[in-house]
Amino acid sequence: MTIKPHHILFGSVALLLSSLGGQASAAEIGGVRVSGFIGVESRVFTQNPKHAGQKTGLEASVIFNPEFRYRTEDRAHRFTFIPFYRQDSRDDARTHFDIREAYWQWRGNEWDVLVGINKVFWGVTESAHLVNIVNQVDGVEDLDGEDYLGQPMINIATQQDWGRVDLYVLPGFRERTFPGTSGRFRGPLPVDTDNAKFESGAKEKHIDFAARYSHYFGDWDVGLSYFYGTDRAPVFSLSNDGTRFIPTYNLINQVGTDIQYTTGAWLWKFEGIVREGQGDTFAAAVGGFEYTFYQVFEKNWDIGVLAEYQYDGRDASAPFSAQDEDIFAGVRLALNDIQDTQVLAGFSIDQSSGEQFYNFEADRRIGENYTLELRARFIADSNAGDDSFALEHDDYIQLRISRHF
Amino acid sequence: MMKKQSFKLLAGIAVLLTVSTPVMAETPEEKGFNIAARSDRSDRGFVNNEVTATMILRNNQGQESKRILLQRTLEVQDENVGDKGVIIFQSPADVSGTAFLSHAKILKQDDQWLYLPALKRVKRISSKNKSGPFLGSEFAFEDFTSQELNKYKYKWLRAEPCPNAPSLTCDVIERYPQYEFSGYTKQIGWVDQTDFQSRKIDFYDRKDELLKTLTLGGYEKHEGKYWRAHELKMVNHVTGKSTDFLFSDFKFGLKLSDRDFEKGSLGSDY
Repeated sequence: MTIKPHHILFGSVALLLSSLGGQASAAEIGGVRVSGFIGVESRVFTQNPKHAGQKTGLEASVIFNPEFRYRTEDRAHRFTFIPFYRQDSRDDARTHFDIREAYWQWRGNEWDVLVGINKVFWGVTESAHLVNIVNQVDGVEDLDGEDYLGQPMINIATQQDWGRVDLYVLPGFRERTFPGTSGRFRGPLPVDTDNAKFESGAKEKHIDFAARYSHYFGDWDVGLSYFYGTDRAPVFSLSNDGTRFIPTYNLINQVGTDIQYTTGAWLWKFEGIVREGQGDTFAAAVGGFEYTFYQVFEKNWDIGVLAEYQYDGRDASAPFSAQDEDIFAGVRLALNDIQDTQVLAGFSIDQSSGEQFYNFEADRRIGENYTLELRARFIADSNAGDDSFALEHDDYIQLRISRHF
Repeated sequence: MMKKQSFKLLAGIAVLLTVSTPVMAETPEEKGFNIAARSDRSDRGFVNNEVTATMILRNNQGQESKRILLQRTLEVQDENVGDKGVIIFQSPADVSGTAFLSHAKILKQDDQWLYLPALKRVKRISSKNKSGPFLGSEFAFEDFTSQELNKYKYKWLRAEPCPNAPSLTCDVIERYPQYEFSGYTKQIGWVDQTDFQSRKIDFYDRKDELLKTLTLGGYEKHEGKYWRAHELKMVNHVTGKSTDFLFSDFKFGLKLSDRDFEKGSLGSDY
């Protein structure tokens, strides 16, 4: 491992910017509230890369994620702007800019209208996010798939006694981001993101549509959703010269439901979808529980135990999913201290292949304005043909220090 | 003319009756409940309010850590249903925008949701964790979410000068949580006889030992009728840690309705 000059450059830029904010958080400039974070991240891989072209050694990144918010005095209008930028030392495809949110929202007495770029999350489970489909996954960010690209939308919503209804018109498809040739977490060949194919003749200009109903009935929280448009996950084919994977995005119809039953210290969770448009119509589901032991060992600590089971009926004409028939189990520890220290350790096992995935996450605040996030992820017992075989050398440990403002 | 006078007389008798009622054969339990109810009802009709709360957490070495929260409350008139509340975290910066929504129940478990801004995800959370610390402070969740009148049974103990306002006389009342999963066997509260406001509360843990003391001060009248404490101080006698709650910028009569206290609205007004 060698530390290269640009690492030091990144580090010093970050430190410089981090000291600019002074002590105050959430500054207000002309009525606009400014907040966000700047982070320095480094990844260490425990093995040499598996595929030709991938670089070895330490990977360093700087992430800049400011947030600008303005709300009129009467609360009726709200403007939000959240750009995102990552500069990566190794993978040009990971160095990227995105607008996570940039919208105007009007809140009326009965209806809300939102126009612009926004992020929407649907669902309840932890090991897979089947129902969540509005936003494209920002695939170069993290292996957990919980970072999303901003989605252009017109969202009309109404909150009634009987629940909330959201209608979405989604113009402008966002293609998934993938690691470049030199990056980790990819298959034997890089993905050619410049030559994506689309089932729709309108290509990325196809206008997608989504609707959601959500409410709670006593201890039950229920969501029902519908999506028609271009699937966020592509299927891959080999390019003519055989050097790249070409992504193809299909048109799909999908209905989904997410249900949570909350009783005592138990959370029972279920998500299910039925999708049409990729081979035979298929169903997929994930379900499980989370149980929390509060104030264990006579301390303020909480220990949560999680387990989820996944089922996926898709065939080979649907996009590949590694979360297809896995059993996931995890333990969450929250110290409930001033630093908000939290640890999550989880593992999942593929029932048919026996392949395992281990995940460790630890988060802690330092002082008032810094956070430290540790991630360690390992794949074990992966053999040729298994879901994550291409990633078998990509075990890594990652540390991020962020300055929040 | 006659009519008016007899009405006045009737009103006078009515006042006399109400004033004298507590002196009549009232059990300590009834008296305790009546004083708590009078205190609770002195707040009736506030409809909604918003306040900025600065929380100062202090460990036993005196090291301090600060949090700023925006609290909104929606009054629910029915005493058999609790109020609705949203707490939006403003600092520390890494959790700013996180919101906690609570629909208080009386004896059933409260409904609670958490909004996580990084993922824009709303999670229904278990409200069993009554006695757990709120944001690492010396306040437990139930210290915020379980202030409904009928969540307790009461017993009047005595009257004495208020501990932190000796010019006032306080009724000293024991109250016993009736809801599940409380960390307390009892609380002893001092309620003044002039403005009917809570001045001090001692909290006794499950072993019936004194765990914490809350003192409430800096009372100010808002909108001409609603008393609000501006300084709360919770001291944990076991750990030596303490948490101060300083309230500022009270706002009443905001354009807030039921739908601002629904899970779907979390994150859309920050």
